[in-house]
Amino acid sequence: MKGLSRGLYFTALLAVSGLLSSGPIAAGQSTAQTPAAKAPAQAQPWKKIAIPPLHAFKPEQPKRIELANGLVIFLEEDHELPFIDGSILIRGGSREEPAAKVGLVSLYGEAWRTSGTAAKSGDALDAELAQKAAAIETGGGLANTSVEWSSFKQDFDSVFGETMDLLLHPAFKAEKLALAKRGIDTEISRRNDEADEIAGRESTKLVYGAESPYARQAEYATVDAVTVDDLQAWHDRSVVPNGMIVSVVGDFDPAAMEAKLRKAFGPLPRGAAIETVKADFAGPKLGVYFVDKEDVDQSSVQIVGIGTERSNPDYYALNVMNEIFSGGFGSRVFQYVRTKLGLAYDVGGSYGAAYDHPGVFRSEAGTKSVSTVAATQAVLEEIGRLKTKPPTPEELKKAKDDVMNSFIFHYDTPEKTLNEQVTLAFYGYPPDFLEKYRDGIARVTAADVTRVANKYIDVSKLAILVVGNKTEIKPPLSALGHVTELDIAIPPAKENPGQ
Amino acid sequence: MSRVVGVVLALAMGWGVAARAQNMSQASGGYVQYLAGFEKRTTVKVLPNGLTLIVCERPEAPVFSFYTLVDVGSSDDPEGASGLAHMFEHIAFKGTTEIGTTNYPAEKVALAKVETAYAAYDAEFRKLVGQDAIKLAELKKEFEDAQAAAEKFVVPNQFAELAEENGAVGLNASTEEDSTQYFWSMPSNRLELWAYMESGRIAHPVAREFYKERDVVQEERRMRTDSNPIGAMVEQFLATAYVAHPYRVPTLGWESEISQVNATEAAAFHAKYYVPGNIVVAVVGDVKAAEVMPMLTKYFGAIPAGPKPEPMTTIEPPQFAEKSVTIREAAQPFYLEGYHKPDYRDPDDSVYDAITDIFSNGRTARLYKSLVRDQKIAADAEGFSGFPGEKFPGLFAFYGEPVPGHTPDEMRDAIHKEIERLKTTDVTDEELEMFKTRARAGVLRGLADNQGLATQLAEYQTRYGDWRELFRQLDRIDKVSKADVRRVANKIFVESNRTGIRIEFTLPAQAAGQDAGGAK
Repeated sequence: MKGLSRGLYFTALLAVSGLLSSGPIAAGQSTAQTPAAKAPAQAQPWKKIAIPPLHAFKPEQPKRIELANGLVIFLEEDHELPFIDGSILIRGGSREEPAAKVGLVSLYGEAWRTSGTAAKSGDALDAELAQKAAAIETGGGLANTSVEWSSFKQDFDSVFGETMDLLLHPAFKAEKLALAKRGIDTEISRRNDEADEIAGRESTKLVYGAESPYARQAEYATVDAVTVDDLQAWHDRSVVPNGMIVSVVGDFDPAAMEAKLRKAFGPLPRGAAIETVKADFAGPKLGVYFVDKEDVDQSSVQIVGIGTERSNPDYYALNVMNEIFSGGFGSRVFQYVRTKLGLAYDVGGSYGAAYDHPGVFRSEAGTKSVSTVAATQAVLEEIGRLKTKPPTPEELKKAKDDVMNSFIFHYDTPEKTLNEQVTLAFYGYPPDFLEKYRDGIARVTAADVTRVANKYIDVSKLAILVVGNKTEIKPPLSALGHVTELDIAIPPAKENPGQ
Repeated sequence: MSRVVGVVLALAMGWGVAARAQNMSQASGGYVQYLAGFEKRTTVKVLPNGLTLIVCERPEAPVFSFYTLVDVGSSDDPEGASGLAHMFEHIAFKGTTEIGTTNYPAEKVALAKVETAYAAYDAEFRKLVGQDAIKLAELKKEFEDAQAAAEKFVVPNQFAELAEENGAVGLNASTEEDSTQYFWSMPSNRLELWAYMESGRIAHPVAREFYKERDVVQEERRMRTDSNPIGAMVEQFLATAYVAHPYRVPTLGWESEISQVNATEAAAFHAKYYVPGNIVVAVVGDVKAAEVMPMLTKYFGAIPAGPKPEPMTTIEPPQFAEKSVTIREAAQPFYLEGYHKPDYRDPDDSVYDAITDIFSNGRTARLYKSLVRDQKIAADAEGFSGFPGEKFPGLFAFYGEPVPGHTPDEMRDAIHKEIERLKTTDVTDEELEMFKTRARAGVLRGLADNQGLATQLAEYQTRYGDWRELFRQLDRIDKVSKADVRRVANKIFVESNRTGIRIEFTLPAQAAGQDAGGAK
């Protein structure tokens, strides 16, 4: 059977070679040439191809229901296939866990489901659900934990029943906590195997601070400190209806579904939802930071600073700036560092914006050891040009066209429409944020882009991090400034890790 | 209702007698209509030049996705030019005779000069004896000058930019051992623009900026293989498991070979393999076949026909001795092994799928229960079929990722114990039923995604000559028996058919410092 035959590990790690590594790529236009601006001697036949108006399409917005206890429900019908999928988002995540127990929320997300309920062990639940090709999974993230379920619609009642049992009557078990700990300990032990992983982690620590709730990492000791009682305590503290959003999508009758959900969640008593942690966001200290890794022939370069929040009124202009900087094949960084200079396969970046805390302004490139300094300088040059070289009319139009013409893909499936509303509700954003976004992008001018570039980009507040092979990097990194070498050795476990 | 659709329906609903009795009426309705309508919504047309078009109407939203599958992969790389199929995939984004140039006739002349200059430079560069340093420098300069002259006509990345300006998302391509594929999604009012672009790059690609893109591809190799312990391990593994078949050669190519391929070779590769008869294009979304087929026929029918390339016919000789490789480096331990198996056309193909599912799918899987949960020695362990490909006889592979304090040898022994159990004891009814139920659900779930559906339709059409095999396979899956599993396990999971590789951790160069922990 095609498509089912590859192992997950290999799908993740050995994905076939492709044109782009993954995700959105960076953008840029070389300064030396702007051929698109030349009068084309060449006919451009594609300009004669008619582009008819797009078929009218206004997706049904999910129905929002707020219960008396504060719990919010979103329902999105999708009758294409006979499935029903649901999700419960619960406020409070790893950023809110105690510093001495980093890893707690991750362990909780794992052991919650594998432990099972007072009535049914996690193992028994596994077997029962597999027979139905159904799933119930729990997880822990930065800002929230979650329970998700999924089944054929015929199995909804039984699978949802098990989901509610897991939500209301979990039975955390020591053996499943130990199992989850072995998993995290394995990740800790392997976290210095790959240069990209090191670069991503260490650069984030440079931006937020190593002890920041947004950057700190689990260690053997902090994992070891987590107990079954900690999991139960986290559960009791976080599972309150006024801190939860329930969403369901699929082939159901909305009135019947609403009644079922009201009946299930209505009786939960209000509590004190976990509040978002307070943190400082000073940004990195200017400098060049280096991690030596003698078994690589390519350097992972990260240039990082503090980013912004989506609620920032300059979010639209910053996003257009991102498009121009690194939003695709036509973007400045891609055109210059990859296409013109051939210095990197993986190159990109963006002035990142998160929903409720500053994101990371990150630019990155992977380049052979000997071109480390050249590639870093090339990316820095493009960052600098954002301030000195205003977008050309072509660049601005292209950047906005990229956003506007692909806008439909924000809501072309019921899941996307639903998830958008859930996310906005979770972070307290207005439900019309997406529409406002489109209008906001449409209004951005070249002057706006230059203004935000000058306002937000400060090269004296950027850190450069390189993970690479010191003996091969020539000229040396000192060409970029004073180099601080980072020791990333993993603090050893006290005894028998994971046992 | 067609036979195929009937089979799917019966299977999809057959997960349990109780559920069926209770929910039959519920299960009908939209679901029955959906499947009954699927065949009506799917149109296949083989054009006179041999290219196969598939259009599947799924008007849920005004968008479409396409998947162009070219039946050429790295297994077809010419001897000494490994990585060429993948290199060409990159070139397919460099534009056409119309897109990406300010003056193609003049550019064509300039590109020919680049090739001449490169050949002269390369000939001197490769001289083992009597290389003339001054001459080499001159030739290098001539080569660089020729490139600069050709670049004057280039509108860099215009092809991809044109797609992105018109709302393309998920724009990418990939090269595997078995095939090369191109894909993106777009608003449906850009269908004709896409057809113009896609047919243009199949018919008339231009290998402009070839040598810079070759540098980019070498960076890709450094990232995925040279600087990645798992990537490097897999390359060694396949090079050991295969002695004759091209599955032994990495898709990204050996460094010395991708650093030598030239645009002339890439053009010859294109001429041989990118013929319409070797290509299936699937389009899924807000399109009406009756309306768009004439337009698609106009564009894709204009691609010049060519003889279907002769197939790669090397057959891997039977392995007769166990092979084992140990890598000692400063990376965490890992274990991987594989057994040669037949290609996807084998009557037992679904049996291998059953073993994959029973060994690897979720927390009910045998390797998870045994190695991860009960023995507590692995963080992850799986077995799966068709590595690195399935068009030709691939491997059934197993891997184990040890938790701290445990070794690759423990992974190997524990995996072998599970394999032995599979050979000597029947799998349970529940395990077999889980596999079948999940396979049916998986096929169904895949139908609600334009890009995924385009992928499936193109793949099944290419491999079986009929996209309906996507559903028919469920019939074969349903017939898999406990005896089949034992028989197949005993056939291929034997010592002399095995290749194993392990990473043994050796001390890293860095010692733990006092301020351990990284960035502060």
